[in-house]
Amino acid sequence: MLRTPDQKPLVLMNNAGVRRNGRWLVRGVEFSISPAEIVTLIGPNGSGKSTTAKAAIGVLKPDEGWVERKPGLKVGYVPQKLAIDWTLPLTVERLMTLTGPLKGREVEAALHSTGIAHLAHAEVQHLSGGEFQRALLARAIARKPDLLVLDEPVQGVDFSGEIALYDLIKSIRNQTGCGILLISHDLHVVMAETDTVICLNGHVCCRGTPQMVSQSPEYLKLFGSRAAKTLAVYSHDHDHTHLPDGRVLHADGSITEHCHPDDGHHHDAHGHDDHSDHDHTDHLHGPDCGCSQHSRLQGFDTKETRRV
Amino acid sequence: MFDDFFTRALVAGIGLAITVGPLGCFVIWRRMAYFGDTMAHSALLGVALSLLFNLNLMLSVFIVAAAVSLLLLLLQKRGALSTDALLGILSHSALSIGLVMVAFMSWVRIDLVGFLFGDILAVSEADIDLVWGGGILVLFAIVYLWRPLLASTVNPELAEAEGLQPERARLYFMLLMALVIAIAMKIVGILLITSLLIIPAATARRFATSPEIMAVLASVIGVLAVTGGLFGSLHFDTPSGPSIVVAAMGLFVLSLLPFGRNGETETAIHSTHGGHH
Repeated sequence: MLRTPDQKPLVLMNNAGVRRNGRWLVRGVEFSISPAEIVTLIGPNGSGKSTTAKAAIGVLKPDEGWVERKPGLKVGYVPQKLAIDWTLPLTVERLMTLTGPLKGREVEAALHSTGIAHLAHAEVQHLSGGEFQRALLARAIARKPDLLVLDEPVQGVDFSGEIALYDLIKSIRNQTGCGILLISHDLHVVMAETDTVICLNGHVCCRGTPQMVSQSPEYLKLFGSRAAKTLAVYSHDHDHTHLPDGRVLHADGSITEHCHPDDGHHHDAHGHDDHSDHDHTDHLHGPDCGCSQHSRLQGFDTKETRRV
Repeated sequence: MFDDFFTRALVAGIGLAITVGPLGCFVIWRRMAYFGDTMAHSALLGVALSLLFNLNLMLSVFIVAAAVSLLLLLLQKRGALSTDALLGILSHSALSIGLVMVAFMSWVRIDLVGFLFGDILAVSEADIDLVWGGGILVLFAIVYLWRPLLASTVNPELAEAEGLQPERARLYFMLLMALVIAIAMKIVGILLITSLLIIPAATARRFATSPEIMAVLASVIGVLAVTGGLFGSLHFDTPSGPSIVVAAMGLFVLSLLPFGRNGETETAIHSTHGGHH
């Protein structure tokens, strides 16, 4: 591992919150990303994952708290949504140098490592969803960033492609030692190499290291052991909801000003449909994760590891 | 050198076409056609103000167009109304205020049609200097701003995350648009500025393989349209401004014909709508 714990973090967020139209999109976010660290954000739709990532890289200014970035931090960013108007003639090769000049072989190497070298002269509007994601990833890594921010980088990519991309992200980290902030498109799946998982639900709901690949039999049955080496299941339940004014509605109907350490998990206000049927396999709890109702995780307590 | 009014018209028109080519590309890439329209309409308020305060016409048109675009930026930040609606409000308000002001000034009589359609055959040598001087300035600025402008056209957040300054680029772009409209108003007139911005750029798309090539092609096609339109207006004794636009439209129609890269245009158009988002 390239990680050296005493290195200064690339990004440090301290109690950061972003507010729009009188509503907090996300509040009280605290985490840091160090060189060679992979941080994965998970959480239901509208839980503030993209907002948090944008605040981390300075696209959004926090309305409270602060965000500190290493001076001269070079960011490579793959946004969640990117629609390129057909009227803009843009080949994959030209896309590579969108925000800064690159040498021809750097472009080639990036396209090669993402497996789209043959598409260098294709127009981006003609690419499939998966090819387009690869092109965006190639663009972000070609500029050799200190911090790679990937907002749902595997959306539209089929499963084998997803494993390949996660493998690629891992090898980028291992080779270049850049920090990686990853937003998972799936609430339950994170890269196994993730150092820190941060679950958001309007605030940091819990955090921790994901267990080595899930032992979950359904998972292995579905995707096979090869996939299990790359992906880990990280599933959990929410039992409280954040109201627009920042107060907290608990499952028992009570309302409090803030989340307390003994609030347990959050429940998605919009009714996340797959909460009922999943286990708490590999759910790891950090010192401030706020999950005290561990009795709810019966049968899995032995697997829990605390990261202090 | 430019004794002949026709030669002067040609030189001024070509200078203008070269200048607006790259700007027009950004206008269509950014889906800002209506923005160009709004600025052009607000030019009439500039005309009224220049008459009222005895200001230089180009200066007052530039000031009004710049003020309208800054106002748009401010209103967009408030985020209450969509850009479309804001542009509609700004566009027609500025145009109407201009017309009302002109009506109050009973001591002046202005040739409204002249401002709407311009009079390229009446350009002076001083106008030519202004068109080419301003044009070179605008082109240098576009080259300088190219990367941040293009990157923020693709995605402003991406541009900002990777250290470019999309907001600043956008502001400069709006000021350049205001400048071009102020210069172009006398030549092609208020109503025709937008067509000269958009039609050559749209025509260039068919033949372009990169943004840079498209910008250059838009200028070349604009030059062809100006030349063809002026010679046409001489030959058929038609009004010069509209003739230029008709020539531009003719080139655009030609670009739609299925020759060369057969059928590629059609598939490309389909992929816009079915594309990824």
